[in-house]
Amino acid sequence: MTQIPQNVVEPPAEEPGALARGVPGRPLSPLSIAWRNLRKHRLAMVALVVLIIMYLAMLCDGFVAPYPYNAWDRQQAYHPAWNLHVVDAEGRFHLRPFVYVSHYEFDPYRNRIWREDTSRAYPLKLLVRGQTGTMLFGLLKTGVHLYGVQAPARLYLLGADWQGRDILSRIIFGGRVSLTIGIVGTAIAMIIGMIVGGISGYVGGAGDTVLQRICELIMLIPGFYTLMILYNTLPASLTSMQVYFGVVVILAFISWASLARVIRGMVLSVKSSDFVMAARAGGSSPWRVVTRHVLPSTFSYAIVAASLQIPAYILGEAGLSVIGMGVQEPAPTWGNMLQQAKSVTEMTFHPWLLWPGVAIFLTVMAFNFLGDGLRDALDPRTVGLKKE
Amino acid sequence: MIDAAAPLLTVSDLRTWFPIRRGVFSRVHAYVRAVDGVDFTVSRGKTLGLVGESGSGKTTVGRTLLRLIPKTTGQVFFDGQDVMALGSGELRRLRRRMQIVFQDPFGSLNPRMTVGSIITEPMLVHGLYDRRERKRRAAELLERVGLAPEHVNRYPHEFSGGQRQRIGIARALSVQPDFIVCDEPVSALDVSIQGQILNLLSDIQDELGLSYLFIAHNLAVVEQFADDVAVMYLGRIVETASRQDIYAHPTHPYTEALLSAVPIPDPTLERRHVRLAGEVPSPVNPPAGCAFHPRCPLTRKLAQDADVKETTTIFSDSQPVRIMARCTAERPSLRPLADNPAHCHACLMRQ
Repeated sequence: MTQIPQNVVEPPAEEPGALARGVPGRPLSPLSIAWRNLRKHRLAMVALVVLIIMYLAMLCDGFVAPYPYNAWDRQQAYHPAWNLHVVDAEGRFHLRPFVYVSHYEFDPYRNRIWREDTSRAYPLKLLVRGQTGTMLFGLLKTGVHLYGVQAPARLYLLGADWQGRDILSRIIFGGRVSLTIGIVGTAIAMIIGMIVGGISGYVGGAGDTVLQRICELIMLIPGFYTLMILYNTLPASLTSMQVYFGVVVILAFISWASLARVIRGMVLSVKSSDFVMAARAGGSSPWRVVTRHVLPSTFSYAIVAASLQIPAYILGEAGLSVIGMGVQEPAPTWGNMLQQAKSVTEMTFHPWLLWPGVAIFLTVMAFNFLGDGLRDALDPRTVGLKKE
Repeated sequence: MIDAAAPLLTVSDLRTWFPIRRGVFSRVHAYVRAVDGVDFTVSRGKTLGLVGESGSGKTTVGRTLLRLIPKTTGQVFFDGQDVMALGSGELRRLRRRMQIVFQDPFGSLNPRMTVGSIITEPMLVHGLYDRRERKRRAAELLERVGLAPEHVNRYPHEFSGGQRQRIGIARALSVQPDFIVCDEPVSALDVSIQGQILNLLSDIQDELGLSYLFIAHNLAVVEQFADDVAVMYLGRIVETASRQDIYAHPTHPYTEALLSAVPIPDPTLERRHVRLAGEVPSPVNPPAGCAFHPRCPLTRKLAQDADVKETTTIFSDSQPVRIMARCTAERPSLRPLADNPAHCHACLMRQ
């Protein structure tokens, strides 16, 4: 009969430091591994930088934007984009860009003909004092702007809308709605999704069946129509802040179901894994097992699903605003700014009104790339560090 | 008080059937009879080795008696307590005394927790010790299982399979249990590491007076480790005996076949192999009578010399085979041998 040797030779050093391939002595948490993997994903890193810049600009909107979002000037309506000059009327080159005061006249066909008063140049300045705006969601007031020109000249890097308001400034301020709606909405949807998906997957049985049928019912209705119907249930007298939250809740309402299904599937597979068995065998209560072992395991999937869902919120808000449902003027959102560019006439004669669309495009692409990168970085199949 | 000579764990007529649901209304269509009437006892401070092929239900036995999987019928008594009748609070308190070490060292540790929190969690949920003492114990346990105490802050993925199994053992030991189900604790490990883990388990047993239910498919491992052995086939126990008896005098034809399959590490020796026909039948629809009859070499041999009236024809691998009729008609039960009451088997032909 065979015999397992009682005194086997110890195998060569089973030293975890050697296995970890990390900084010696420093444990590598799953999170720091994910971060390392993400850093190798170039496109995701570019997207992350773009998003960080956009969010910083949004937080410091009153400072970064040269004008407050409602600084109108009907004399400057539909001012074309980019009025910075480096060469003056006499043909001399100036290192510091400058603008001229401009005004328009109508030609016989009522087209605007713009004329610049070249008698005085207003140089572009950093940290200039101007009209008082707000930043940090209106918590702080600032009269100083990162850049700008002295009145009466006005800087229109991306042109002006029909009230002569600077489009660039309004895009930056519009981020308050457009950049936050996805995150707030996803957070709400994720909480609901985690609760419903967690119960559905862990408890199972009849409750699972009922919850899943409810999810299917919600997913069955085309999202945009649900949005419109629900928007119409909001009273008409709401402030833009209340409308914003109304829209967030509506968006979260139509998207929690798909998250709940993803999380339910994850919970079902994690539930039968050995470490969950081990936690139960250790005496952990069902609540502890779910909150400490099961749900955290679904986190990486949920984060990826959420980051890929944020664009849907941005687009949903824009879609609603374009058809006039959503946050109303004068508060800017990228959607209601695009509403002005709805007609062919506007697009032909004032194409710069489409700039908010570029902002939407950039944000949506950035979130998609970041989501892709996160999916690769958090992939549960990559147990350890990815190879270079 | 409880009799010290009484077995620590008594399992009687344990059945775990998993329903197979079909159709829109998830009607129960059939059952997988993973465990189909199992009786055994584990004595204090001893090890019962539970052996069987994959699919014989031995892992399900371990998990059912810990109530990690709901039982279908049967009773489990642990130190006089009826495990299956306990309420959830009492059950959690009992879990402190009954622990488990899993087969898969990669799946059984939560990848998101540090080794320290993995080991301290059972102590935490049972409210044992204060925070600092738990940490001290975690470091001490790591040292006891052969790892460095400073590994508490590391994550499971930084360890090899053998090291993770040591962490799993430390977790099981953290609440000072009396009984541990070792669910194939070494079958996922390299052979060189297997010996170390087995030695560790047996040292701990001597030190703490633990009882083990040692589940394995490797008879050599069980021979080294167990005091008593139970052989399982298709959800039933076919033979139980002390280690010496089962290896010296296997009585059930299935045990004989299993033992003959163990390789001898000596090329000059030759062994008569008992070849088994066919595959393990499906536990959804186990064979009538003795579950082993379609593959049993003994009943075929006996049928050759027996009266035709006593035999019947079955199909094995689509070949007609004559076997004893009694094997298909009567479900055998475990009966002790006449000369050794501790040695029980469930072969109709030899009872």
